[in-house]
Amino acid sequence: MRLLEYEAKQVFREYGIKTPEGVLCRSPVEVKEAVARLGESVIKAQVPVGGRGLAGGVRFTSDPEEAVRIASELFERGVRGYRVDAVLVEKKVCVNRELYLSVTVDRSAKSIVYLASRLGGVEIEELAKKKPEEVLKINLDPFIGYSPFVARTIASFIGLPPSAWGEFERIAVGLYRIMIDYDAELVEINPLVVDCGGSLVALDAKILVDDNSLYRHPALAGLKSRELTEEERSAREKGFTYVSLDGYIGVIGNGAGLTMATMDLIEYYGGKPANFLDVWSGGGASRDRVKEAVKLLLENPRVKVVLVNIFGGMTRCDEVAMGVRQALEEAPVKKPIVVRLMGTNQEEGARILREVGLDVYEDVDEAVRKAVELARG
Amino acid sequence: MLADRSTRVIVQGITGKEGSFHTKLMLEYGTRIVAGVTPGKGGSQVHGVRVYDTVREAIGEVGRVDASVVFVPAKNAHDAVLESIENGVRLIVVITEGIPLHEELRMVSYARSRSVTIVGPNTPGLIVPGETKLGIMPANYYKPGVVGIMSRSGTLSYEVAWQLSRSGLGVSVAVGIGGDPVTGLDFVEVYDKLLKDPRTKYVVLVGEIGGDYEERFAKYYSGLSEKKPVVAYIAGRTAPREKRMGHAGAIISMGLGDYESKVKALQESGIPVARRVSEIPTVIQSIASKQYF
Repeated sequence: MRLLEYEAKQVFREYGIKTPEGVLCRSPVEVKEAVARLGESVIKAQVPVGGRGLAGGVRFTSDPEEAVRIASELFERGVRGYRVDAVLVEKKVCVNRELYLSVTVDRSAKSIVYLASRLGGVEIEELAKKKPEEVLKINLDPFIGYSPFVARTIASFIGLPPSAWGEFERIAVGLYRIMIDYDAELVEINPLVVDCGGSLVALDAKILVDDNSLYRHPALAGLKSRELTEEERSAREKGFTYVSLDGYIGVIGNGAGLTMATMDLIEYYGGKPANFLDVWSGGGASRDRVKEAVKLLLENPRVKVVLVNIFGGMTRCDEVAMGVRQALEEAPVKKPIVVRLMGTNQEEGARILREVGLDVYEDVDEAVRKAVELARG
Repeated sequence: MLADRSTRVIVQGITGKEGSFHTKLMLEYGTRIVAGVTPGKGGSQVHGVRVYDTVREAIGEVGRVDASVVFVPAKNAHDAVLESIENGVRLIVVITEGIPLHEELRMVSYARSRSVTIVGPNTPGLIVPGETKLGIMPANYYKPGVVGIMSRSGTLSYEVAWQLSRSGLGVSVAVGIGGDPVTGLDFVEVYDKLLKDPRTKYVVLVGEIGGDYEERFAKYYSGLSEKKPVVAYIAGRTAPREKRMGHAGAIISMGLGDYESKVKALQESGIPVARRVSEIPTVIQSIASKQYF
């Protein structure tokens, strides 16, 4: 789960990391007052998603009237599909240098890693691919954790003068503590700047909390749903793992990999998937869950055809079939449904569906081709 | 290979719904389950398997234990794994999904420091068709054969196994490395084991978006002088960035883990990447025909 920038910055300040002077505003009037007070300012939409700068969610002004216009636009239109409930107005910082610093998990080394670069404001993994010599990676021994030499090594690599090392070390150790205390998968300052007075300031702040650890952070767990689209929220309330996509063929699969592979196969045959819905996690493909899943997609106006891909082991195909059939009977909107069934009682499942005129396949390629064809028709 | 029919197995979390159900299926497959462990349920029986309160007690009663299959819920799985490591179990298959990231890091690092192998977490486990099964995969899709499968995904690997089985190639061994960001084994380590396995002639790598296991494997593979042919399939070509696709590990973030990067790395290392799962057997057969004729 991603903390909003202002939340992450609040955490930063609690751990002794300096952030720009700023005010959280919830209305254009508040934004106007903030800009009037701060002078040259940056107005930043608080949305739980990256790439907001390119999407117009970060704007500069020193004029309170223009600030009202910008704020009104952000509050009305949102950014990258997310509603904007608050904007952070910060005093523009006079920047001398932009740096990069983060703590994250190195999946392959199976340890916590510091990433640092003299080139701030970039996507660090992209930079690591293009200019590996510009990225310093320091893996921590899991049984030792952080030690001050880590901060010195980074400070020297990014070219900070020894006079700034003390301040830098507070930041480096702060990131590590946040990583542990918040069960984070990433704590990132991008960019970390040296301001014109020589101080280190976190211009941006990103904290990603591990979803599997949210049960240990009840105050944060409740915030998870704001990352989701309406569609995703209602699907997750029903217990499905769900991601909205922009196509028109509704996808239900059992298992994350199989469901992704089904989406990919739709694209391969010239169609576009409308979503990712995995019925497996959190309960398996029982009759009721399949029914709920199919109904959910039938009710989605973007969906033209529903494709169900069940490769069951223990999953009983007759139960799946009954679920699909009940959904079809109960749903007010009739749309084509194509079903791929493999598993226990497969023949019985196929019979149940063919009785009501549905297309049932054992071969996944055939099923997907049929769904794409129906969506075109 | 990691396990065979003589491997002596305990099941941690044996009295739970999943643990009990899959204990039955593993026993039917021929897996030698010598004991179960659930704290507080000692003395009971699950499908004829005696349950103990602790791993220590189980080993004291039944003698040597080679492996544990863990069904313990996410909040306590880390502790259960540590308990097995401390008691000298050398192979631990963690079926559990949803273990906190930092606990996974600690548990995997600790296992490594003690040379213990962890399969998973968030894995269907491993199967050696015709020999033994330490996991939850539907065994009827795994006909004994010549292809080793290493996969980050569960049900997708069942589909691959079925495609291989019906094509006549069959499966020598299938290892689910797990769908979480941090796993005990990665593709490099499983491949190393497959290289030494006399039954395995070909290897299928089933990857997905997120992380860099596939890229690292590609690099490792290109540097090997002796190798067995690998065919790859990567799920998630159509997955959006920054969205977690079901598995905790299946997310493109910070510019890392996208489909194109993985496919490019694999292809540059001479590993063909199938666009569809159903192509995999054909690709292997074409490699086979080039090898021998």
